[in-house]
Amino acid sequence: MEKFISHTGVGVPLRRSNVDTDQIIPAVHLKRVTRTGFEDGLFAAWRTRQDFVLNADAYRTGSVLVAGPDFGTGSSREHAVWALKDYGFRVVLSSRFADIFRGNSGKQGLLTGVVDQADVERLWKALEDAPGTEMTVDLVDRTVTCAGLRVPFEVDDYTRWRLMEGLDDIGLTLQHVDAIGEYEQRRPGRLPTTLPVPVS
Amino acid sequence: MGRTLAEKVWDAHVVRRGADGEPDLLYIDLHLIHEVTSPQAFEGLRMAGRRVRRTDLTIATEDHNVPTADIDRPIADPVSRLQVDTLRRNCEEFGVRLHRLGDVDQGIVHVVGPQLGLTQPGMTVVCGDSHTSTHGAFGALALGIGTSEVEHVLATQTLPLKPFRTMAVTVNGTLPEGTTAKDVVLAVIARLGTGGGQGHVLEYRGEAIRALSMEARMTICNMSIEAGARAGMIAPDGTTFAYLAGLPHAPTGADWDAAVESWAALASDPDAVFDAEVVLDGNELEPFVTWGTNPGQGLPLSGTVPAPEEFTDPSAVAAARRALEYMDLVPGTPLREIAVDTVFIGSCTNGRIEDLRAAAGVLEGRTKAEGVRVLVVPGSAKVRLQAEKEGLDEVFLRFGAEWRQAGCSMCLGMNPDQLSAGERSASTSNRNFEGRQGAGGRTHLVSPLVAAATAVRGTLCSPADLAQLPAGR
Repeated sequence: MEKFISHTGVGVPLRRSNVDTDQIIPAVHLKRVTRTGFEDGLFAAWRTRQDFVLNADAYRTGSVLVAGPDFGTGSSREHAVWALKDYGFRVVLSSRFADIFRGNSGKQGLLTGVVDQADVERLWKALEDAPGTEMTVDLVDRTVTCAGLRVPFEVDDYTRWRLMEGLDDIGLTLQHVDAIGEYEQRRPGRLPTTLPVPVS
Repeated sequence: MGRTLAEKVWDAHVVRRGADGEPDLLYIDLHLIHEVTSPQAFEGLRMAGRRVRRTDLTIATEDHNVPTADIDRPIADPVSRLQVDTLRRNCEEFGVRLHRLGDVDQGIVHVVGPQLGLTQPGMTVVCGDSHTSTHGAFGALALGIGTSEVEHVLATQTLPLKPFRTMAVTVNGTLPEGTTAKDVVLAVIARLGTGGGQGHVLEYRGEAIRALSMEARMTICNMSIEAGARAGMIAPDGTTFAYLAGLPHAPTGADWDAAVESWAALASDPDAVFDAEVVLDGNELEPFVTWGTNPGQGLPLSGTVPAPEEFTDPSAVAAARRALEYMDLVPGTPLREIAVDTVFIGSCTNGRIEDLRAAAGVLEGRTKAEGVRVLVVPGSAKVRLQAEKEGLDEVFLRFGAEWRQAGCSMCLGMNPDQLSAGERSASTSNRNFEGRQGAGGRTHLVSPLVAAATAVRGTLCSPADLAQLPAGR
């Protein structure tokens, strides 16, 4: 995974709350079997509308999304994260994220920063007053700077460390493979197994 | 201090405690797989030269995008076919048990696990699907996960998990006739909002919950995610044990006795403290339907479409305004006057045999409203066979409904079962998001009883409303 220390790019104001993962990428766009190529599915329904923010030239190359509360609710599809990343987003800022989406993001190097709703409103205004404004998201000191504003964001220490080191979760867990083996020795033998398939 | 049900299950599965804000590493007892969220996980294993650590704790089924008609023919949509073929190749290569389309144990992953007896109290269950919370009905800690986590579980049979908070959702009293588990959970979500459960494992308790069947409990736990919760659970009891006894993977003999003893000890201790609690009076509940575009935008059926100004929170006002525009609804309209084009009965929320029985009980001897399409999709091939044994298929077909093969179908519109733009449905599924059932489609979430009654009258209503219709309608 690519290391994330700091990122500077165009901010995109998405004035919507409850952006569920069906909106981020509708189910009909989930049928690929690879990890890339999901950018066309990103906000597919909304992008058909001329007035959608990403259709404005100034925001088209955006890489920092500033959204309303409860971003990423609903379906667990990690494709939502892949679609955002494939499109070019590196950061999403919101006052509240759904748990599964946030977990998925951390594993793919997409930074999800929690920002006070009052600060979200200030960022929206700055980005709308001067479309195409760049924002700098600094993971070292957990701040966003944009058009003279400087606001803090929250991300937990563990996720921050993994993002900054670019660490792969499976590799980290496999350092404890002995503990997994020991746990398996202790598991009660009556717990169900899927194999062999019982004869009915 | 006592521990909650969720904390007991968590503690029993800790492989390694995390230090300094690092998550605990938890062992996973059962990993369920389907065609949509697994291909990239298997690809990741292959690229890293890893294998599946415990194929004997892993099971796959085809459900999300499979057709529910003409299943003996090749899947027409080439992209769906590619995904299903990829799952088959991956299961073959890695040695994972797979129930393919046409197999008697094929069906929606959250219907298949429980009916095989693979979901048992006190277990940790994961699946790359947010409705994995369904399995919490057995007192299992069941979590929906993303594809990276699917790969992680395949490779290690564990997951690093951040600690959760606990919330008791207590439903007292007795549910009135015609009010079901679906109405209870829609009322809970309306109370909590789509983010109210965030970071929490919900434990449903109280007299009204205890009185529910296992299938009804699955309906409740299934929709925990719609309140933003990590999981939903119900303490196992006599109802749970009776349901499990004799299922293909349930323990037998001395193992059964040992299992029941350990299951009975899982209930939250009397002095356990929850981080939050909400209480609902079951006596006061009535059939619930959604009017908006998230599952928290619901009201009792006797209500009227709200005006955005009725909400206080500015983002709720904006969300309501956008929802009404998308749903093409006018504030003040009685919910009972909303006419639908399609009725969908099925999904991991309400696609079990009791749901089909409830719907058939309403439809029997009645006539379908003109112009309404009714789709009945059993949750699994076994549910379908059971329904046919009971003659329910005849009831549906006589009524004019379509009787389909098992799958997720119109719940998420990945297969050909979709709403067209502007079409409106009464649906027993779990999400009313914009475009969820097809681009531009409008969804009202309802119980199987309300879905069936709506199919008769053509407008949202409950079976009690049908008494006013002339005989035979």
